[in-house]
Amino acid sequence: MKLEEDLIIKFATANINLYKIMSKDIKVRKGLDLRLKGEAEKTISNAPKSKTFAIKPSEFHLVVPKMMVKEGAKVKVGDPIFYSKDNKDIKIVSPVSGTLTAIERGAKRVILSIIIEADAQQEVKDLGSLNVESSGAEVLKSRLLEGGCWPFIKQRPYDVIAEAETMPRDIFISGFSSAPLAPDYDFVLNGKEKELQAALTALSKMTEGKVHVGVRDKKSSVFSSLKNIELHSVEGPHPAGNVGTQIAMIAPVNKGETVWTLDAQNLVTIGELLLTGKFNPERTIAVAGSSVKAPKYYRTVLGSNLNGIVSDAGLNEDNVRVISGDVLTGKKEAKDGFLGYNANMVTIIPEGDDYEFFGWNKPIFNKVSTSRALTFSWLSPNKKYELNTNTNGEHRAFVLTGNYEEVFPLDIYPLQTLKACMVQDLDQMEVLGMYEVAPEDFALTEFICVSKQPHQEIIRKGLDLMYKEIG
Amino acid sequence: MGLKENLHKLKKKYEGKKMAPAFNALHTFLYLPNETTHSGSHVRAADDLKRTMNTVIVALVPCLLFGMFNAGYQHYAAIDETLRAAPLENFFTMDNFLMGCLTILPLVIVSYGVGLAVEFLFAVIKGHEVEEGYLVTGMLVPLIVPVDIPLWMLAVAVIFGVVIGKEVFGGTGMNILNPALTIRAFLFFAYPTWMSGDKVWVHGAVERSKEIAGGANLDAISGETILGSYAQNQEVMYSLQDMFFGFIPGSVGETSKLLIIIGALFLIFTKVGSWRIILSTLVGALVMGLIFNGVVDAGWIENTSKFYGLMSLPFWEHLLVGGLLFGAVYMATDPVTASQTNKGKWIYGFLIGFISIMIRVFNPAYPEGVFLAILLMNVFAPTIDHYVLQGNIKRRQKRLKVKTA
Repeated sequence: MKLEEDLIIKFATANINLYKIMSKDIKVRKGLDLRLKGEAEKTISNAPKSKTFAIKPSEFHLVVPKMMVKEGAKVKVGDPIFYSKDNKDIKIVSPVSGTLTAIERGAKRVILSIIIEADAQQEVKDLGSLNVESSGAEVLKSRLLEGGCWPFIKQRPYDVIAEAETMPRDIFISGFSSAPLAPDYDFVLNGKEKELQAALTALSKMTEGKVHVGVRDKKSSVFSSLKNIELHSVEGPHPAGNVGTQIAMIAPVNKGETVWTLDAQNLVTIGELLLTGKFNPERTIAVAGSSVKAPKYYRTVLGSNLNGIVSDAGLNEDNVRVISGDVLTGKKEAKDGFLGYNANMVTIIPEGDDYEFFGWNKPIFNKVSTSRALTFSWLSPNKKYELNTNTNGEHRAFVLTGNYEEVFPLDIYPLQTLKACMVQDLDQMEVLGMYEVAPEDFALTEFICVSKQPHQEIIRKGLDLMYKEIG
Repeated sequence: MGLKENLHKLKKKYEGKKMAPAFNALHTFLYLPNETTHSGSHVRAADDLKRTMNTVIVALVPCLLFGMFNAGYQHYAAIDETLRAAPLENFFTMDNFLMGCLTILPLVIVSYGVGLAVEFLFAVIKGHEVEEGYLVTGMLVPLIVPVDIPLWMLAVAVIFGVVIGKEVFGGTGMNILNPALTIRAFLFFAYPTWMSGDKVWVHGAVERSKEIAGGANLDAISGETILGSYAQNQEVMYSLQDMFFGFIPGSVGETSKLLIIIGALFLIFTKVGSWRIILSTLVGALVMGLIFNGVVDAGWIENTSKFYGLMSLPFWEHLLVGGLLFGAVYMATDPVTASQTNKGKWIYGFLIGFISIMIRVFNPAYPEGVFLAILLMNVFAPTIDHYVLQGNIKRRQKRLKVKTA
């Protein structure tokens, strides 16, 4: 009798363990939630229609663009504009129908941006719908490549656009963002279940493993009811919402393995392409930050000129920085700059290009700090701050140790990895875990860095070096 | 036109010139620069290196002030023994403080003046900004030398320490040895007579003994440190209270254990000092102390042995005498020269404490081992880190093996 009971208990615990491996409840303990002023109000407005659009090849990291259309050509939504020199299957398509008016070049004739002037009447290239359930992986892949959705799929190692020929071990998608002022994905993706499901089903056929999705709440997320995925709940402070953190907690990337990552909003575009055959570059973005008068959500289009949104939302001051993306990882844009290809938000904060008298030794109450060296943000953990772009100090050599670890949840030594990148020690970079990381994983260590070192840039250069030397 | 605008104009004027680092160093002292982020994260936390270093200096100031009083107190108490009967009444007096100012301020001025001059020179030659590392070193140096050290010796040692200890490795953040301890080690090996014995710890003692040698009819002043007394198996004339509050002879800043503990708590609270290193150093010292007590209890050592005095010292009293606490709190925690991994810090600290007491007991000629122990562990810190990293690397490789198996 006793033996039987034991067996039952053992069987039950074995089942539970099995369940745990399949769907994890992840608790992130290390990290930092940056609370900033100017959170977007949950109402969606239509952004003023943009007259000009831009595509910046630099957003597609390591892609050397080969133009497929000339200046003055007419393009439709979904028409390819350029392809990658190293992989001509990877095409970047136009988000708008109109006339390609200018190709702006920089030093060594590198293409900086491709400007397209919009027509009044939008025409969309139609590739015809696919039956996602019955199509094979190859058919789906070639549709994504053809339709311009492939650049949305990134891979680790190296954090670059995925190679279509590889079979990834797993695919990871973060179903929420924990970045400062980030949009609420459940709000933005509400009602897009059909497109999400199509994209997820298609992706599940392209991997030998699973499609893992990390969400805050397994029950209330838009992903809760979807099939062909492995749902994980993720608790804890930023960077809990970074896909890199979730990979590390679920199944870290080993040497020789490849995983793919996607942004949740891009899934909708992918799903729509598969279901309707049309490239729909529409995005719902959060416009937030302490310099925005009326922070809220806007329905807009990839590559749109930002001045419409900026003037509609209104600014509290003139001297501001407009960021396509969040404050930790976004790209700086001019006020009349353009929405990035992977952006899910626009943040506008004050520029900090002013001196501060005795700023280095007087007590500080209005800035965030993880130390308590006469900095008092620890007193009010829920206070919201109005941070500007000042570096709060000059660039120095690495001095402090042990502080990065407090905001870095991966089982990687951040300081040593950064130093290995700086001295280009490929062997050390490899064994310390560079295959697992992307620059965004080092955004928080960069934020708290007392020596004001450019962590994300160091990691990006390190990854590029590895890509070049090891491949 | 305010000061801010004028300085901004000057900054623009000096931009790209040789003297720019020197000007900027002074400018950034007054104003947090107007620099904005241009890559990666668009916002940054409030702390910079200046603030961090400043925090350490704030933690050191009480030790410095106490050291000033103590310099005067030891001087007058050496002349008039009766003062020691009531140290509290006779300690915080204006006379003591003035005497302290007279003897210790020159040390501070020489330390900062010479050290910063070398730093500025290197910054201008190499064209990089003046880094803040020396702000703490310059404060530590006067606190870890005997009060009567000749200023020229200090100047020579500071130059040696900053150039050989730091700049040749590439400056702040790159050095292997703690610069302040390098300076002390230089003094110790170059001018040993000024760094130990019973004459150097009290202001005026050396001068007085010279006068006596010259035929003057005066009482000799002497002030043996507690460690020195123990090392020579002599009676110690100070109570535990004196040791804890610091009314004893010793290097300028190391005597008051109370203030050092307060400084340690401040550093730990502000997250500037590593509690792991401080704690493990103390644990290491206590363990070694216990081992020696055990040796004495087991009767393995005669009480005529020259090691008996320090070996029989109750293990916890080791924390109260000498510079162990000061070293653990302010020197071992230097993040550049310590172990840089959290696990490594435990090992690093423990060994510092352990070796400190070992040197202290076995080196009766110069019964203070903290600075040697820290310098030794400075050298081994990268090795410790290497093995800690190997643990992480092995874990990663094992993960891969489990996969492929």
